[in-house]
Amino acid sequence: MSDLNKLKSTASQVRRDIVRMVHAQNSGHPGGSLGCTDFLTALYFDIMNHNPDFDMDGKDQDLFFLSNGHLSALWYSVLARSGYFKTEELATFRTLDSRLQGHPTTKEGLPGVRVASGSLGQGLSVACGSAITKKLNRDSGLVFTLHGDGELQEGQIWEAAMFAAQHKIDNLIATVDYNGQQIDGPVNDIISLGNLRAKWESFGWKVLEMNGNDMEDVVKIINQAKTLTGKGMPIVILMKTEMGMGVDFMMGSHKWHGVAPNDKELKNALSQLEETIGDF
Amino acid sequence: MKKFEYKDKKDTRSGFGAGLYELGKTNENVVALCADLTGSLKMNQFADEFPDRFIQCGISEANMIGTAAGLTIGGKIPFAGTFANFASGRVYDQIRQSVAYSDKNVKICASHAGITLGEDGATHQIMEDIGLMKMLPGMVVINPCDYNQTKAATIAIGKHEGPVYLRFGRPKVPNFTPEDQKFEIGKALLLNEGSDVSIFATGHLVWKAIEAAEILEQKGISCEIINIHTIKPLDADAVLKSVSKTKAVVTAEEHMMNGGLGDSIAQLLSRKLPTPIEMVAVDDKFGESGKPEDLLAKYGIDTKDIVSAVEQVLKRK
Repeated sequence: MSDLNKLKSTASQVRRDIVRMVHAQNSGHPGGSLGCTDFLTALYFDIMNHNPDFDMDGKDQDLFFLSNGHLSALWYSVLARSGYFKTEELATFRTLDSRLQGHPTTKEGLPGVRVASGSLGQGLSVACGSAITKKLNRDSGLVFTLHGDGELQEGQIWEAAMFAAQHKIDNLIATVDYNGQQIDGPVNDIISLGNLRAKWESFGWKVLEMNGNDMEDVVKIINQAKTLTGKGMPIVILMKTEMGMGVDFMMGSHKWHGVAPNDKELKNALSQLEETIGDF
Repeated sequence: MKKFEYKDKKDTRSGFGAGLYELGKTNENVVALCADLTGSLKMNQFADEFPDRFIQCGISEANMIGTAAGLTIGGKIPFAGTFANFASGRVYDQIRQSVAYSDKNVKICASHAGITLGEDGATHQIMEDIGLMKMLPGMVVINPCDYNQTKAATIAIGKHEGPVYLRFGRPKVPNFTPEDQKFEIGKALLLNEGSDVSIFATGHLVWKAIEAAEILEQKGISCEIINIHTIKPLDADAVLKSVSKTKAVVTAEEHMMNGGLGDSIAQLLSRKLPTPIEMVAVDDKFGESGKPEDLLAKYGIDTKDIVSAVEQVLKRK
């Protein structure tokens, strides 16, 4: 059984890490990171079979690809809190000579990262490739991804969507952060995704929906997705989230996509997020 | 001058297909991807013989490059093939982020490169791809000259760890290099020793350089011919050794002058050994429809152009 209280408490610490990292360099993307914290915490602390003693091939493990690489602060915190590297290293986020680049990269050898991301739309293709390799290697591990909803405006996503269905890549669970926001404003005002569920279904995917900010639902739906693997269809979860979740003044707007809190705002944010494991 | 002979003309893309099939037989980690051009790239034999390891991507080159990057995670060695235009310019950012920056062991196999693609015209005739690819940190760029060399190069890159751009072509050209050659990445091949000028050629223009040197020999000019099959990493030692002897340089390639082999050699020489240089390459123009041989002539990258470039550079010596 999943320990929901422990997951929630971990997520609170991850959210503290995010706002502190972004504040320290006055640079980064807190909005989406806070929105997806519950999802990524559940994935690494409950769902995935993975080994923090990192190796690139990840044989017999579940793999995760962050396609919307600007949620790097979130991923770095989760990786550090999972034991991939020391939490002190989070203090080097976005600074010179750091392994914690603005967007994730393999170049600096940061444990946990298997491909660079940041230029959007590429992660689903990479995930498809690694899922095929797992099948060729008779490796039963699953492949998970996270994408922004704005990212779905990239054509490559839909190339990969067709490809995954054609090749019956059924060891893949993609997740869309369906927060309805992108840099320039609400997704519906920029380039609407229309009926997103119908889009994925018509591309040959099994579609699930979940509330990405309700830990119980997150755990339940991802586990449900796992039971649907191996049935000839790729799976996507449309995950409703609130950008900036956990920090009231960052919620409900696209304005905190790529803006860092100032000293006063940091203090306010931290007062809303309990320190549960210990700050880095 | 050494005599160069060939038994038949063959297309370099068939050399790629043959090399890929050889690799498929000997290394079960080799996988191949293609974007709806399996026949054009001569990948059929691999696809027929190893269907589990052949991945049809359809007309989705961006996805093909990303998929290839992902396939490396877990030890596969992907060879992703399509026309050079769609294997470089169209997918530059996918190669840049998911392959080169991520240091993935992906082999990008680019056929129908250059103007000798012919009748399809400028939309398909990429002559900027060497430049695009060589600018990417860590990317190896190879442009073999004939069937045998392309086959050997294909097998060699399968054993090399890291991203590679392998460039080859459509037309049948003299197949004159040895069938059993060893292909060493980054090692220039001295084809003919000479004393008056060094001709550095790559790809289809290597044979043209040989033809030019034969004509120039009749005029009493002794040409050193060097086949630069690997544009990056450039064999700087071989270039400097030859140029320090001949003190005059001509480069020849089926590519834009900007960003090509000539540009790489000029960059090296201007820093280490300033020397008069003439470049046989396409000068800032898009191509057009036509027969390969007619196009080479019209765009100034034919045998006669190498001859006049040599005569020109000797005046500057």
